Amino acid sequence: MPTLRVCSLYPELMNIYADRGNIAVLRARCEWRGLGFEHAAASLGAPLDPDAHDLFYMGGGQDRDQIAVAHDMAATKREALHAAAGRGAVVLAVCGGYQLLGHSYELGGDELPGVGLVDLRTVREPGPRLIGNCAIEADLGTGSRVIAGFENHGGRTHLGPEERPLGRVLAGHGNNGSDGFEGVHRDNVIGTYLHGPLLPKNIWLADHLIELALGVELEPLADQQFEDGAHASARRAAGVQARLN
Amino acid sequence: MYRLARPLARLVRAASRRLGRTGGTTAPGRLLLRLSPGALDRMAHDLDEGSLLVSATNGKTTTSAMLAACLERAGRPVVHNRAGSNMARGVATALLDADRGAGQLGLFEVDEAWLPGVAEQINPRLLLLSNLFRDQLDRYGELELLADRWAELVERLDGSARFVLNADDPLIADLGRGRDGVTYFGVEDDSQALPGMQHAADSKHCRNCGHAYTYEAIYLGHMGRYRCPNCGRERPAPQVAATRVALDGMTGSELDLRTPQGKLSVRLPLPGLYNAYNAVAAAATALELGVPLATVGEALEGFSGAFGRVETIPIGGRRVSILLVKNPAGANEVLRTLTLEAGRLDLWLALNDRIADGRDVSWIWDADFEVLAGRVRRATCSGTRAEEMALRLKYAGIDAELVVERDLERSLDQAVATATGERLYALPTYTALLELRDLLARRGLAKRWSE
Repeated sequence: MPTLRVCSLYPELMNIYADRGNIAVLRARCEWRGLGFEHAAASLGAPLDPDAHDLFYMGGGQDRDQIAVAHDMAATKREALHAAAGRGAVVLAVCGGYQLLGHSYELGGDELPGVGLVDLRTVREPGPRLIGNCAIEADLGTGSRVIAGFENHGGRTHLGPEERPLGRVLAGHGNNGSDGFEGVHRDNVIGTYLHGPLLPKNIWLADHLIELALGVELEPLADQQFEDGAHASARRAAGVQARLN
Repeated sequence: MYRLARPLARLVRAASRRLGRTGGTTAPGRLLLRLSPGALDRMAHDLDEGSLLVSATNGKTTTSAMLAACLERAGRPVVHNRAGSNMARGVATALLDADRGAGQLGLFEVDEAWLPGVAEQINPRLLLLSNLFRDQLDRYGELELLADRWAELVERLDGSARFVLNADDPLIADLGRGRDGVTYFGVEDDSQALPGMQHAADSKHCRNCGHAYTYEAIYLGHMGRYRCPNCGRERPAPQVAATRVALDGMTGSELDLRTPQGKLSVRLPLPGLYNAYNAVAAAATALELGVPLATVGEALEGFSGAFGRVETIPIGGRRVSILLVKNPAGANEVLRTLTLEAGRLDLWLALNDRIADGRDVSWIWDADFEVLAGRVRRATCSGTRAEEMALRLKYAGIDAELVVERDLERSLDQAVATATGERLYALPTYTALLELRDLLARRGLAKRWSE
């Protein structure tokens, strides 16, 4: 059986909204199916082997940590991430990690470098932080589905003209609170403001990412009562009851 | 306006108490502050002995209640927001009891984010700051920003107030560096050290130089005996320390304290290392305020707990132990305490996402529910986000019967009826605790809580 090899980027710094929930879900769902699971970490200064992992994960951090991470990532991991994405590895970047996927991120008057994996910029605009439950409608090639979660960001993200968002905002703010879109999606690279434990709330997405990363089709698992319930709960919190899938 | 507003607020409070409304701890203060925005300052002036403010992410209510017990036993009249209503309006409501000439001391626990604003008006003579952990990021923002605001506050109060600070929490210890008038407290018993850093630990980096701390011992979250290998900054030596902590499950713990006034051994009737920390903090502050050492010991031994923090209430023939959980660090301590209990446990967990809980329930994935794997018989999950709690337990490897029932009352009755042991452990978030309290009061099982 194949093994899902996951690499968390800066997990000890970029974990502010309980990002480890995503890793716990990927691990359990692989193990329950008899798939192997390996979890590695690459932090400040560490080199990154683009071929050693099938899925790269990056969460959000405090501003101070994010500054250190932005510079380190541009200096030590940019090329490897481009190579990994280029060969079809999955990149899931959430919250602060999402902001650093683009060209630049404006923080406290400074412009932090991004890795330029996708064409987007994150800037500061007048107005409050964008905080709250959020639900979006996304099509990752398997039909329209809902992703529900929680967003909390000061930056406003604007996609370049050729870039596709992850989804359309059904409830909440999304990328910038104005254009009605959320996240970014190019090939197997996904960025989103739905932060922290996003996969526990959207198990379908967890399974889909495993399929993409391994190039396999998975059988559904039996007894998904709590997984379905958690998804319904997150949607209910965002005010988007089940009407799509 | 103040002259009219204050008696009016008192009337509102008397009326709401008569009606048995739980809002009696905030509504009068809210009214008063609306009519007379400077009322906090004016009322605080009526406190002959001045005021002290207590803040922390975890343990505010319990620590303040312990401190109140010490002061009251020493015969010192205290004005205290004892139900834990800790924003400006709650402090204002408590201050309605301020009475010039009565020799009162104000003792107010204050919400972390409200602390600078409340301190601005009340001008405390002493500030007790215990810990900062990640909590409700949607409401408080990042921990580092909160720590910055506290640092500004301490700077502003330097010279006019004294400080009692936790040496073991690097964020708190930093507040007192280079200042006079600081008393540090801490724990010095390596039998309580954790094998490694918990996942939810914050502030693992030196605020002076940014380098990662090394820990000789980690007691709780990021609290412990730390040192920066780069710039040499290290945990300050505490004047008041628990040199021995022996935990005895839900029944309590034994503490040996070293203080400038001598040694003290205490049997604390509250479980967990987190309550030992609360007791050391309260003892350090009480001693600072001139309470005799023996009186501190008596007050702590006779302490009966604060609102919803380790209460045990008989329901349907079972003892229901209520343990508030509201953020990863606090939840981890409750979970660690539960692992000390014998046998497989019956749990009732109520996860709410109301504003006072934090709308974001992500934090449950930061708490180490994994420590209960193999230790739970049945877990009933309730509250507005019940299903997500159940999912968390499933992925923590809790091989127990998991039941979801969002309705609080029905779920509690189910949990009580299906429990097999003598005890049911109830873990509500903050607003679920308030609902639970109201429910128990309606059934005559607990008294209504008012100031």
